[in-house]
Amino acid sequence: MSKRLITVLLFLLALAWTGHGAQARGNSKPRDQLVIGITQFPSTFNPNIDAMMAKTYILAMTRRPFTAYDAGWKLICMLCVELPTIENGLAVPERTPKGKQGIAVTYTIRPDAMWGDGTPVSTEDVLFTWKVGRHPKSGVGDMEFYRSLYKIDVRDERTFTMHFDKLTFEYNAINGFSLLPAHIDEAAFASPAAYKNRTAFDTDTLNPGLYFGPYRIAKVVTGSYVVLERNPTWWGKKPYFKRIVVRTIPNTAALEANLLSGELDMIAGELGLSVDQALAFEKRRGRRFNVIYKPGLVYEHIDLNLDNPFLKDKRVRKALIYALDRETLSRQLFAGRQPVAHSSVNPLDWVYAKDVRKYAYDPKKAARLLAQAGWKTIRRGVRVNAKGEKLSLEIMTTAGNRSRELVEQVLRSQWKKLGIEVSIRNQPARVFFGQTLTERRFTAMAMYAWISSPESVPRTTLHSAHIPSVNNNFSGQNYTGFRNGEMDALLEGIEVELDRTKRKALWRRLQDIYTEELPVIPLYFRANPYILPKWLKGLTPTGHQDPSTLWVEDWRGG
Amino acid sequence: MPRFLLQRLVQSAIVIALMSFAVYWLMGMMPGDPIDLMISADPKMTSDDAVRLRALYGLDRPIWERYLNWLGAALSGDLGFSRLYAKPVLDILAPALGNTVLLMGSSFILSLLIALPLGVLGATKPYSRTDYTVNLFAFAGISVPPFWLALLLIIGFSVMLGILPASGLDIGEGGGLWERARFLILPMSTLVIASLGGQTRYMRAAMIEVLRQDYIRTARAKGLSESRVVLAHGLRNALIPVVTIIALDFGGLFSGALITETIFAFPGMGKLIFDSIMGNDFNLALIALLLATLLTLAGNLLADLAYTGLDPRITFEGKGR
Repeated sequence: MSKRLITVLLFLLALAWTGHGAQARGNSKPRDQLVIGITQFPSTFNPNIDAMMAKTYILAMTRRPFTAYDAGWKLICMLCVELPTIENGLAVPERTPKGKQGIAVTYTIRPDAMWGDGTPVSTEDVLFTWKVGRHPKSGVGDMEFYRSLYKIDVRDERTFTMHFDKLTFEYNAINGFSLLPAHIDEAAFASPAAYKNRTAFDTDTLNPGLYFGPYRIAKVVTGSYVVLERNPTWWGKKPYFKRIVVRTIPNTAALEANLLSGELDMIAGELGLSVDQALAFEKRRGRRFNVIYKPGLVYEHIDLNLDNPFLKDKRVRKALIYALDRETLSRQLFAGRQPVAHSSVNPLDWVYAKDVRKYAYDPKKAARLLAQAGWKTIRRGVRVNAKGEKLSLEIMTTAGNRSRELVEQVLRSQWKKLGIEVSIRNQPARVFFGQTLTERRFTAMAMYAWISSPESVPRTTLHSAHIPSVNNNFSGQNYTGFRNGEMDALLEGIEVELDRTKRKALWRRLQDIYTEELPVIPLYFRANPYILPKWLKGLTPTGHQDPSTLWVEDWRGG
Repeated sequence: MPRFLLQRLVQSAIVIALMSFAVYWLMGMMPGDPIDLMISADPKMTSDDAVRLRALYGLDRPIWERYLNWLGAALSGDLGFSRLYAKPVLDILAPALGNTVLLMGSSFILSLLIALPLGVLGATKPYSRTDYTVNLFAFAGISVPPFWLALLLIIGFSVMLGILPASGLDIGEGGGLWERARFLILPMSTLVIASLGGQTRYMRAAMIEVLRQDYIRTARAKGLSESRVVLAHGLRNALIPVVTIIALDFGGLFSGALITETIFAFPGMGKLIFDSIMGNDFNLALIALLLATLLTLAGNLLADLAYTGLDPRITFEGKGR
């Protein structure tokens, strides 16, 4: 009986090993395939419906925006021939028919740009994209751009002028204007309300005519993987890899295991492991891989509810931040890979003020400020005021997010040393973002992150007109309830200031007010960890919302 | 029998109708709607955009009105589109269901093929070394958390030995049936080990109970061989409670195994249902859950019918013999 069992087991092992052999042989072939692991699957492949990083990551290999920020956070042309500016005459300030200050910006599509089926990319596509984008029933999420773009003049098949009804410093950045192929998708738009369900990007995803980047989508298994193959009509540098497979593995432990077993070649930094997971991975298996940490524009912070009677006092807010040793926290928990934030502006951003007020760890100062604010007595480890009220605050974040929960514990212990009692009440992300924040139901502190772009004006998070309330049906993202007239004026002023020197001065003042008033406790800028094979060269993380895949043709197999 | 079947069909229809409303209502009661989720992913979306999109998706209407709209469309054969995958619900459901049936079905059959003989073996020699060994493995299977076991199998067979893929499905590089089957081995093993213990224990307990009955003693007294006593007389009667348990597991065959599917990145029903609920994908979640409910009801009906085959004393005529 046992001999038979052993024979069967040996047979199965041999059978399995045969498969392994095939796999091993596959690995020894010249590297014409790259398998990337990410944790999310796109909900749609239409570039203009639903904002989602998984979609942006994949589509960046198959299409190119007119403009994008490069790895140095500089605005560049990708699909256009020349970046229009007021200086080169391609952007001309003008008055709108309604008398508002606007601007006309002229772009020319690259002459060699062609859809995957050989149809030239033309102004017809520009007009169709505009038509879809501005239709209220098309399902496009962010319509602000299309509301502002009130007219397009077609100069010829490749050149067009966009007329905007406002003049902002970002007048030439049309990063989100993703072209749709009129020759394919126009039929789906016959009924605009049904477009979101009928778009060829989802009904005919493998149609080569939907793509004009270095790759095109060749196979999709929903929820599982996407296969990309070289696009023969691509105008730029020939990509090194014949085939790229993007596999979705939502569980990060399984993602690591797949990388170690050779099923994956790399884990994308944009949608992969968190920094603490990557650090642990690097410690165990780092020698086999290149682990790159790229701090970026994901700003982890704590919103303070300024309607809380204790937090209304600026001295208490300052004491809260002085009581925190954020440098040590970043060093101990994240090996210093996630730089401490001093304001919402990232140090890599050109508008960052280097001499912005920095709150170093100073528990004595924190205690002094608390005493000045009336929290002198400490009873059973907790400060109390003259009324006998305890300095007790609640902190909330997304339950299940290991990094945040870890940080939360450290913060609580640091505050406790000063007699500040902090209770933790975490919620599932869906409840936290779906109700608690949007309806300002957090009583004191809410820890989460904002994702922005370079030189992103924090109007929705700091302007007093954006405080969610019953009266405005809980619209706006100023969850702290911050009201400051000068800040409002700055936010409005920065947007329309074209002069870089003057704008930088406005930004400087904005950061001063932010750090002085402290509606928010800045924590750190999150880093994206890229786990790459030693042989992969040419991948440059950007640290902002434009993913590294926008330059996939530079990737090499070494 | 026809009367019984009719009754059960009417009951099932009522359960399905109630379930559909309960699921719809509960999902509607969850904080945050799809538009809130969109806003959290795109800070540039304005409140005007949110209002427009809520109207476009019909989320500005009361929940009962939305439910009635959905019900009307569903009854006319239009199951709608999945919000999460931008495809007709059936296009999403069919492959996931196929994958789940393949994974869960093969695991279920394999675990039964192992568990039933093991249970019988343990019961025929109670408190013997064999029985203790069977029990040891059974309790180990019950006690080991599936996520841990799954990770252990991945580390052992994929990372260390490198003989089996860690997760997912074949990524279309060609290869035969074996290449595809290799992707099933680890998730299937996890499910088999996890369910083996329970099934073995049920079988053992039922068999021990039956083997104590008078008719078994009579069969032995008549001089029948032990194997005939156990297999022909004991097993058939012992299967009645086991069939009930199997029937209850039947629905699970189609609703998937969330943890195992998540860890092995296996695109099955469990993960699909979970994602659709969390993503507020009403159409997809409803149809997937109703399908699972329907199949559980069907499983129970089949179990009831199987009782009559296993035990002639059971009838549906309203009186026992």
